[in-house]
Amino acid sequence: MTQHLTDEQPATYNEWLDAIAANEGFYLESPEGHGSLPPRRVCPHSGSTDLTQKPLPETGIIETYSVVHVAAETFSEDTPYINAVVDFGPVGLTGVVRGVDAGDVSVGDEVRVTIETRETTDDRLVVFRPA
Amino acid sequence: MSTVRIAGVGLTPFGTHGDRAGRELFAAAALAAFEDAEVDRAAVDQLNYGNFMGALTEHQGHQAPLMAEAAGLSCPAMTYEDACASSGAAIREAVRTIRSGEADVILAGGMERMTTLDTGEATAALAIAADELYEVRGGVTFPSAYALMAQAYFEQFGGDREDLAHIAVKNHANAVDNEYAQYQSEITLERALESPPVATPLHLYDACPISDGASAVVLVSGEFAAENEINAPVSITGTGQGGDNLALQDRETMAETPATATAATEAYADAGITADDVDVAEVHDCFTIAEVMAIESLGFFEPGKGITAARDGKTTADGELPINLSGGLKAKGHPVGASGGSQIAEVTHLLRGDHPNSDAVTDATVGLTHSAGGTVGSAVVHILEVDQ
Repeated sequence: MTQHLTDEQPATYNEWLDAIAANEGFYLESPEGHGSLPPRRVCPHSGSTDLTQKPLPETGIIETYSVVHVAAETFSEDTPYINAVVDFGPVGLTGVVRGVDAGDVSVGDEVRVTIETRETTDDRLVVFRPA
Repeated sequence: MSTVRIAGVGLTPFGTHGDRAGRELFAAAALAAFEDAEVDRAAVDQLNYGNFMGALTEHQGHQAPLMAEAAGLSCPAMTYEDACASSGAAIREAVRTIRSGEADVILAGGMERMTTLDTGEATAALAIAADELYEVRGGVTFPSAYALMAQAYFEQFGGDREDLAHIAVKNHANAVDNEYAQYQSEITLERALESPPVATPLHLYDACPISDGASAVVLVSGEFAAENEINAPVSITGTGQGGDNLALQDRETMAETPATATAATEAYADAGITADDVDVAEVHDCFTIAEVMAIESLGFFEPGKGITAARDGKTTADGELPINLSGGLKAKGHPVGASGGSQIAEVTHLLRGDHPNSDAVTDATVGLTHSAGGTVGSAVVHILEVDQ
């Protein structure tokens, strides 16, 4: 009978944030080469459970963005802010673009990812800044 | 396999219902449905109930048995939660259960109270349909998620805010004579364009309102209808469901909604029809861009061609394929858990010829409903056909 080790906790979301903050960002790769982000036990593309940590590419490309004027209470003092999905090759990341005026952001802009905090609360936030 | 007939439908008006409790709203819709159906409440085998955020807005979980009690039913009841597709999913499971022979009469529908929250609270509550770790903590709101999709669509296919504004103008015009609509008022293109931004490129008039409301549908087997001489000319002949990654960042594309395409393909095959056979449709237009992506993924328009459908008059009341003759979520309102059932009610009235906009589709025999959860991480499609 195959025994599955379920007590080995894969990387958590907070550990992933810690890694980016330490400039050691990573993603999870399956043997087929698909990327995903923690917490994961199964690759969403291939179904493989053999996931290994790989370095996150240093820069990504803004795939789409929106300037948010009406936010949830937890982001109320951050408005207006630029929401974006950024293509880092094997994985996409979602967060807030800083260091660029709202009128100057464009799809295709190259950015790097950092961990900062919201204006409204002390919660950590995935932030993209110009590369 | 049993056919599934729509014996009756009931709605409350959508809008702001003050301090009315959700249970009383659902009871009102259910009683209206039973009156329309002329079916005895004692005949109901089960309640399939849709609700999304009742635990946040009314601090009420475990709603299904409460709703059964409120509607005067003595039967098992279960809540279906699929975000904005909740009652669409509840109805789909009712169809499958009746077809299996396990039940003859099911009350299906849903309810949502939302105006108990202020705008910030409602924005936060709606966002729980998104990925909490990777989207909500990254500042994504329900409007900004659709804004990200809209911008991706514009980048891939073109289009602009004015194209979207034509959809808002169309759906508001459709709602004028609908007594159940939250906004029975027309708007101008200029008013839509000049409304304040919510999450660019989406502005206030691109968004559906915050709404309270309930919907209920009495579904019966063909055998039950025949034995009890129930006048139920409209049947649900096709059902389909699709899913996608919850987070936009994990999808192959943000400019299309493959979960809708999957649901539509299944529903068309189930009914033995194609997209070309559909005469009228109610689609999930929580934002104007959502209608564009829906009519493309449903196969009514090629990818990239749906953006100008309203502007070109193809989907207006007098167009070749009227879309959202009820006013849609945009103008009729969007009490999340009730919307899927509301679409079934609206298309039933349109096909029976007793809808205020039935004159726009006098020869219609095939209708479609499409409801979507979140950013179309879930989608449910139904085909309705009326006896010739």
